Amino acid sequence: MIRLEDINKNFNGKSVLKGISAEFLPGVINLIIGASGGGKSVLVKSMVGLEVPDSGKVFFNDLDFHNLDYSKKQSLRKEIGMLFQGTALFDSLTVEENVEFPLLMFSNYSKEERMDKVNSCLAKVNLVNVNKKFHSEISGGMKKRVGIARAIVMDINYLFCDEPNSGLDPLTARVIDELLKEITQEYHITTIINSHDMKTVKDIGEHIFFMHQGQKWWEGSRENLPMGQASNPELNAFVKASF
Amino acid sequence: MSFFTEIGRYIIFMSFVFKRPDRRKVFYNMLMREMNLIGIDSLLVVVLIAIITGAVTTVQTASQLTADTGFLPPNLFPLELVGSVVGSSSILELAPTITCLILAGKVGASIASEVGNMRITEQIDAYEVLGINSAGFITLPKILAGIIVIPCLIIISNFLLILGGLLAAKLTGVMTIDQYINGLRSSFVSHYVEVMLIKAFVFAFIITSLSAFQGYYTKGGALEVGEAGTKAVTRICVTILALDLVVAKLFL
Repeated sequence: MIRLEDINKNFNGKSVLKGISAEFLPGVINLIIGASGGGKSVLVKSMVGLEVPDSGKVFFNDLDFHNLDYSKKQSLRKEIGMLFQGTALFDSLTVEENVEFPLLMFSNYSKEERMDKVNSCLAKVNLVNVNKKFHSEISGGMKKRVGIARAIVMDINYLFCDEPNSGLDPLTARVIDELLKEITQEYHITTIINSHDMKTVKDIGEHIFFMHQGQKWWEGSRENLPMGQASNPELNAFVKASF
Repeated sequence: MSFFTEIGRYIIFMSFVFKRPDRRKVFYNMLMREMNLIGIDSLLVVVLIAIITGAVTTVQTASQLTADTGFLPPNLFPLELVGSVVGSSSILELAPTITCLILAGKVGASIASEVGNMRITEQIDAYEVLGINSAGFITLPKILAGIIVIPCLIIISNFLLILGGLLAAKLTGVMTIDQYINGLRSSFVSHYVEVMLIKAFVFAFIITSLSAFQGYYTKGGALEVGEAGTKAVTRICVTILALDLVVAKLFL
């Protein structure tokens, strides 16, 4: 579980996150939705440590991430996987080496054990016969799947996905959505997906957070999305514009 | 951004770079890759430029020493002096400085673009999320590779500069090979080689660290990556020339 307590972040005097408090549960897909510039990416970056909040706390179970000492923080980081918007695959490495990389850096597995794990993760994301290909030789959907395989190879407890469907055709986007749902349920991990794809919300969203102008504007389940209600015009406008 | 802010950021960046590598085997593989990229891939350009520069220096020095300027009688200086001038200037200036200015353009721009591209494609963020010290992981192998390989390139360049001069002497007939070699031998000072090596290590550090620094803090997109490469080359060239003067003043 991840818990946020009153997260605030400013850039050059402009408030980007305003008092965000939330709880993200394991085993379900937690979706952060909202228009571009609403603070979604900064919030996710604050959770994984790529940004440091000006105030507030991020708890992974009971560990206060930003106040941990270096070694504890590094050890917690090994439980975190992230799928970046542009996949962030290392372009000097092959598909296989990309997925192997976290194991090579942080595990004491033998080469054979590492390869077994790599191949099982690649199989999990339905990738075969691409082990020796480079990032530039595979399609966008395959890159996303390699990114997921690299994120889950370390037996993680927390998975963050920044716009996992961006740049993908609708069919591939659905495949990625289903894959993320399957992984979340099978490994019972806390998955947080940052998206503005309403199809994702409809298909796999379980716990939804709508962000608007740096604030948590609405929170609830997919079934409770206030479609067409006058009480939440910002969320209505976002949902309507998505169809 | 002010000059002093940039210096401060560079020092902070360096404090992250010089930390113990996470995995020695991975570090060793990266070091080998960088040595290949910096050394082997730059060898041809260094060889060509050294031979041509050596030849041009010999022909021009001979021409200046034998010219009838009206101020001094022609042929006042013995032609051996050409070998002496080419030898000393190769060791002290041409081999370390010219080679490193060339490498600033080739290696410096390449490192700045590579690291800048890693920044804008979130590869650096991916290292950070994994808990890897990205500044050290990316930069330390490049700096060490540069410090190992660039002095070797400079030594090779030095030999080829002198060889280029010798070939020019033979092919253009401005002087005999004996005159050239006698000149070289008569003016050889071993301390000059030490100064050359000091320059080599200092310049190698500047080329690799400044270019990685410039790339690491790239923001934006492809345009900014290009700008990072250009900025890196400009700053490295200015720094090398400034430090050239400092080293010369301190050690000569």
